[in-house]
Amino acid sequence: MRQVAIYGKGGIGKSTTTQNLTAAMAEMGKKIMIVGCDPKADSTRLILNGLAQRTVLDTLREEGEEIELEEILKPGYGDIKCVESGGPEPGVGCAGRGIITSINMLEQLGAYTDDLDYVFYDVLGDVVCGGFAMPIREGKAEEIYIVASGEMMAMYAANNISKGIQKFATTGGTRLGGIICNSRKVDNEYEMLKAFAEELGTQLIHFVPRDNVVQRAEINKKTVIDYDPKDPQADEYRTLAKAIDENEMFVIPKPMTQDRLEEILMEYGILG
Amino acid sequence: MLDLTPKKRTERSNLKVNPAKTCQPIGAMYAALGIHKCLPHSHGSQGCCSYHRMHLTRHYRDPIVASTSSFTEGSCVFGGKANLSKGIENVFEIYNPDIIAVNTTCLSETIGDDLTEIIRATKIPEGKKVIYANTPSYVGSHVTGFANMAKAMVTHLSKKTAEGSNGKVNLIPGYVEPSDMMEIKRLAKLLKVPNTMFPDTSNVVSTPNTGKYEMYPEGGTPIADIVDAGNAKATIAMGKFCSEPAAFELEKLCEVQPHVLKTPIGIKATDAFVMQLLELNGGNIPKELEFERGQLVDVMVDVHNHYHGKKVGIFGDPDIILAVTEFVIDLGMVPTIVLTGTPGKQFEAEVSAMFAEAGLTDSVVMADADLMTFHQMIKETPVDMIIGNTYGKFIARAEDVPLVRVGFPILDRMGHSYFPLVGYRGALRLIEKISNALLDKMDMTCADEDFELVM
Repeated sequence: MRQVAIYGKGGIGKSTTTQNLTAAMAEMGKKIMIVGCDPKADSTRLILNGLAQRTVLDTLREEGEEIELEEILKPGYGDIKCVESGGPEPGVGCAGRGIITSINMLEQLGAYTDDLDYVFYDVLGDVVCGGFAMPIREGKAEEIYIVASGEMMAMYAANNISKGIQKFATTGGTRLGGIICNSRKVDNEYEMLKAFAEELGTQLIHFVPRDNVVQRAEINKKTVIDYDPKDPQADEYRTLAKAIDENEMFVIPKPMTQDRLEEILMEYGILG
Repeated sequence: MLDLTPKKRTERSNLKVNPAKTCQPIGAMYAALGIHKCLPHSHGSQGCCSYHRMHLTRHYRDPIVASTSSFTEGSCVFGGKANLSKGIENVFEIYNPDIIAVNTTCLSETIGDDLTEIIRATKIPEGKKVIYANTPSYVGSHVTGFANMAKAMVTHLSKKTAEGSNGKVNLIPGYVEPSDMMEIKRLAKLLKVPNTMFPDTSNVVSTPNTGKYEMYPEGGTPIADIVDAGNAKATIAMGKFCSEPAAFELEKLCEVQPHVLKTPIGIKATDAFVMQLLELNGGNIPKELEFERGQLVDVMVDVHNHYHGKKVGIFGDPDIILAVTEFVIDLGMVPTIVLTGTPGKQFEAEVSAMFAEAGLTDSVVMADADLMTFHQMIKETPVDMIIGNTYGKFIARAEDVPLVRVGFPILDRMGHSYFPLVGYRGALRLIEKISNALLDKMDMTCADEDFELVM
């Protein structure tokens, strides 16, 4: 079983990318579980065709600690198993602790079965506290992909996340598998991201172009693979899925200084 | 036991060995018990509350009551609002106190529960009160917790309701024993000073056995008196660390003039307290008090040979050991190391000034330090005696020196709840303890030819 964590700046398209990617993998015949680690609980909407999921923490709150696995684990498109950890309302409690609680709960309930090929963790925004690092702690996810774009703040966040990975990589087995570009049609984006990834010591594993079919599929509560399997964009996700499935490049990232990051932006941003 | 403590001190960071302090909520809970018909409430998991109650119970040997928000995994993630609101409702319904004093814990502090908002949104029965203090244990110590709760009493209760003053003086005694609080009140009464003492744990944690259990004993400051503290003409805060924040809050909210003194342990500090009361209230020193002081001076002359020049290591809480250090210097003893676990640059500055004045150039003072350091300092410069709380007994045994128990907690001897250390009588008692401990050691260990009938 390969455990993969997807990180990236808030709003960059982690959930959309993860779901399209896993749908493509399911199409390849892989057995997959997605664990949404975001209090908003929207990491599995496209796989389940709607926000149909009861979160682990809501169930815990309402039913007490005696939870059955079936109550929180729901199969969706391509038999992908979906779990949402959920969390408190904005401004109260501790969302980070919520992720720790729900991942422990999943382990206890035996959600990590041997027949799974992949477990994907879709983690909220930046690594803000220990709880959000839970998926890469204690030898859980050993592979991390960062979703980024050619925008300054997305790269800044990716660099920051790399600092977190570096810390966990030195004490555990966690490695960075690559950067996934979710294009924002920024000038010279491909070259910039490629250079950025190489500077981090990793690779640009795939450049996913921007296409409105993704938006149309989202409105229909579906992944592109599910909504329009013949669309060229579906093939982009299939290529990404294949690249990840065949990936052999796992590194401890070398996060760069702010100055170096800005240099890369200058170099590629202006040239473009 | 502690035979393996290395003599050589090495620089340590991020590691405390045998801390010389404990959690903030313990102090907050103790202070809260000093309000009449108050139930302290711990906002966090059950374990915190159990530990605090147990520790206080072991020291006072009286049942310590407190309720808890009983956090579950769920309250930790979603916030403790529901638990606290429901808890307050239940406590008033089932245990019917007049007031609940809520303290936070590390957990509720870290997840950021907003007590102001939670308590404002909670329905509190007519005529009942809820006060609260933030007491994260990763800041300060139990002393800080006491100070925070004492201040919270002022913040949430005290009001200036009339022009001019009610003629009373507020007495904030600090983290001292119930016996000490009684003694301070007795001194004020002898000097005919109308006063309000808060918090006042006498007859709350030192109750008599009447054969009937009272959840809320007779003692404790009535809420109305703490409200009225806002109309007082002055406040005497005993101990900068425990009592100054409450006194300053009274000044800020109600314009009551603050006077911050040492805890009145020893002759000098008691003199200062007595003179301050006279200055505020007028009048003369009554004969009875003059008599007590005279006796103390007489004893200091009579038995000074027992302890004069002896070296002593002192540890404990800043307000208490500041006064104790001043007194042992007055007795002609040599405090070689004075150490507290509570952080406090001011403490170090004040003790250093005492050393300088007494010409004690080799003495050392440390704040924010631990008992392993204390032990090593004693190994470096051997002492004749240790003054400190029960945790010092391991060091005393390892170094074969007597321990005079002063401070919190005292878990292995009785007396502190009933016999004061403050005031002239308290000073007399401290001399008795110091003197006897040294003589007992001498009698047990000296050579036959040195064994004396008359000492």
